[in-house]
Amino acid sequence: MTAKAIQWLDDRLGLSAIRELMDHKTVPVHSATRWYYFGGITLFLFGIQMVTGILLLFYYRPTVAEGFDSVRFIMTRVEFGWLIRSIHSWSANLLIFVAFVHMFSVVLTHAYRPPRELTWASGIVLLGLMLGFGFSGYLLPWNQISYFATKVGTDVAAGTPGIGPSIARILRGGEDVGAPTLTRFFALHVMVLPLITVGLIAFHILLVQKNGMSTPPWIAASRVRHLKFFPNFLLREVMVWYGALAVLGVLAAIFPWELGEKADPFASAPKGIRPEWYFLAQFYTLKLIPSHVWIFEGELLGVAGFGVLAVGWALLPVWGVNRAGEARTRLVTGVAIVLIAYLAAFTLLGYIK
Amino acid sequence: MRLVAIGALLVPALLLAQPAKDSCVECHSVMDGPIQKPALLIKNDIHTANGLSCADCHGGDRTSDDPSVAMSKAKGFVGKPKRAAIPQLCANCHGSADFMRRYQPRQRIDQFELYKTSVHGKRLAAGDENVATCIDCHSVHDIRGVKDALSPVHPLRLPETCGRCHSDAHKMAKYGIPTDQLEHYRTSVHWAALKKGDLSAPTCASCHGNHGAKPPEVESVAAVCGSCHVLFAQLYEKSVHQPIFSAASGGGGCIVCHSNHGIQDPTTAMLVGPKAVCANCHEPGTPGAKTAAQMAQWLDGLDAALKRSSAVLTEADEDGMEVSEAQVRLGDGNENLIKARLAMHTFQPEEMHKPIEAGMAIANETLRAGQTALHEKDVRRLGLAISGFFIAITVVAIWLAIRRLEANGSGYIEPVK
Repeated sequence: MTAKAIQWLDDRLGLSAIRELMDHKTVPVHSATRWYYFGGITLFLFGIQMVTGILLLFYYRPTVAEGFDSVRFIMTRVEFGWLIRSIHSWSANLLIFVAFVHMFSVVLTHAYRPPRELTWASGIVLLGLMLGFGFSGYLLPWNQISYFATKVGTDVAAGTPGIGPSIARILRGGEDVGAPTLTRFFALHVMVLPLITVGLIAFHILLVQKNGMSTPPWIAASRVRHLKFFPNFLLREVMVWYGALAVLGVLAAIFPWELGEKADPFASAPKGIRPEWYFLAQFYTLKLIPSHVWIFEGELLGVAGFGVLAVGWALLPVWGVNRAGEARTRLVTGVAIVLIAYLAAFTLLGYIK
Repeated sequence: MRLVAIGALLVPALLLAQPAKDSCVECHSVMDGPIQKPALLIKNDIHTANGLSCADCHGGDRTSDDPSVAMSKAKGFVGKPKRAAIPQLCANCHGSADFMRRYQPRQRIDQFELYKTSVHGKRLAAGDENVATCIDCHSVHDIRGVKDALSPVHPLRLPETCGRCHSDAHKMAKYGIPTDQLEHYRTSVHWAALKKGDLSAPTCASCHGNHGAKPPEVESVAAVCGSCHVLFAQLYEKSVHQPIFSAASGGGGCIVCHSNHGIQDPTTAMLVGPKAVCANCHEPGTPGAKTAAQMAQWLDGLDAALKRSSAVLTEADEDGMEVSEAQVRLGDGNENLIKARLAMHTFQPEEMHKPIEAGMAIANETLRAGQTALHEKDVRRLGLAISGFFIAITVVAIWLAIRRLEANGSGYIEPVK
């Protein structure tokens, strides 16, 4: 009976092709294999975000009048609402952290080399989308800190040369952060970004299946053992996912994500207002740049600099390989280490100062 | 030609920009001894900042370098004004609406009129030059705006300024008034609030007036206190104690219980115990003493209940539990405690009991909310431990499954040699 049902489905869906893929997909086993897990953890955490986000949608109301109270209702009245919201918030932060680790592991193992340029580019866009999720989701509880952090964040966006003021106006839905901003950020957070992200994740994974897992250039691909993905590697991956779930559980139960005070646009900004940790390095850099550098406005120059840096980083497969398609390992590793040191140091400085 | 034109425009402009000549300051600032002092002090004077000079009070011609001209009677020089003439001298400008409009259009111009009604003014008029005139409070030659923190009449410095004379036993001897007001005031809640930076807290002038300074009479004490403590005064006015206290000799009204200059933080120690002010009139065991004890018990009970709730909510909050609603509600409870303290001034237990009852209900409700949150925290930790246990078991089970699966090296594909 079961065999018949499977056959029936196979005839219509082509399951044998999937089975074939499952049978043939392997993962190279070498000293850097552990870094392969980070892509999977990022995907797992994104799944957690989807599930908890949908659950939060049942109660959240995206209006200035009700936004904060609805989140408080979730935290205090809804059964396990506190758990769902805390996991959503903690998972969002872990997701961005893990995505950064995944990205730098790809750079340091030089997995961006041909033919994986599009995998790299789609990954960079996905990281940008994750930051977009973080930025838009941060405002939704409509509390004092998130309100003023969004003001600061959109001010930075307004500093983009040329199109900055227009971007800020489009994001805010007006001249300042207010009711239109909340509904815009909500629409972005629950509809626009998820649609794009899900599509792009599918593309990213498809490319990984198409090109297989990359082996670092210092390891001869032909000489490494491979491990079957199904079920051997996947079981290991599930173990790691369970570990991530346990970490989330501990964070949510012992350090529930705080709610703060309802946003009051007429109150003065809370002391030491700063964006979330993943924007701190950029924020601190902008603070350090003098108000005027030569004939340019300091902030404008800073934002333009970040733009150039981001484009340059996305073009890594272009400048990170030589004409023969081999990685310029020293150059890229050096740049990556400098970038990691910069992000770590400036995030820390932004947090302390 | 162009240069001449520019010069013609610039010269008058430069002349206008020059400060007006002041031979008084020029000469006196290079002299020795007390005669030099005014010329040095006047740099900080608000009048100087507004373009006035020595001659505007002392007369004379400040434009002349010749002392016999600059200080000639023909030029209106009056020298050092007589002490009794100082209030009128200041009022020449400060009493003129037309003049003051040019500098401080919103400033009152009735200081001299008020001064004449004050004890100081009346005694000065009677020939007693020992009393305060304008310069004794506002200083002279370095007069600063009232809001200037260095002004002797700035709220933070006013008590000391009044105390300079009123704490001087020698000066006050002939008037037969006490000299311990400043000493007492500095122990008071009012001074404590002022020191903390609350410039609206009362100083001497808030109760006694400034230019029209005089002690409040017995019948006006409640009105003086009531100008800030409005609701307390309203209840007290209707209370059974009002006629009794007002009839008290040597002072009445609020000061019967709260004293005057050394007003302390009102606690239930005023109602019961060795320092109870009620016991001054109500003998122990009398209905009045029993009522006072009952009121103290209610107030202390509500205070303790609210503090307990607050401690439990704070603990829950620090543990990351969401108790902000209960914390806001606790604010209502504290408001009821204030209302109960206010209602005490009716001296009717039933009036006080209403807010006490409402406050106790809120204290219990918020305590329950806090305890529920703390319990919830424990449940969460337990849930975490249980789910952690199951996660650990699952991970171990997967690990064992992998070991079993790969027991004979299956799952690995060796490289082609």
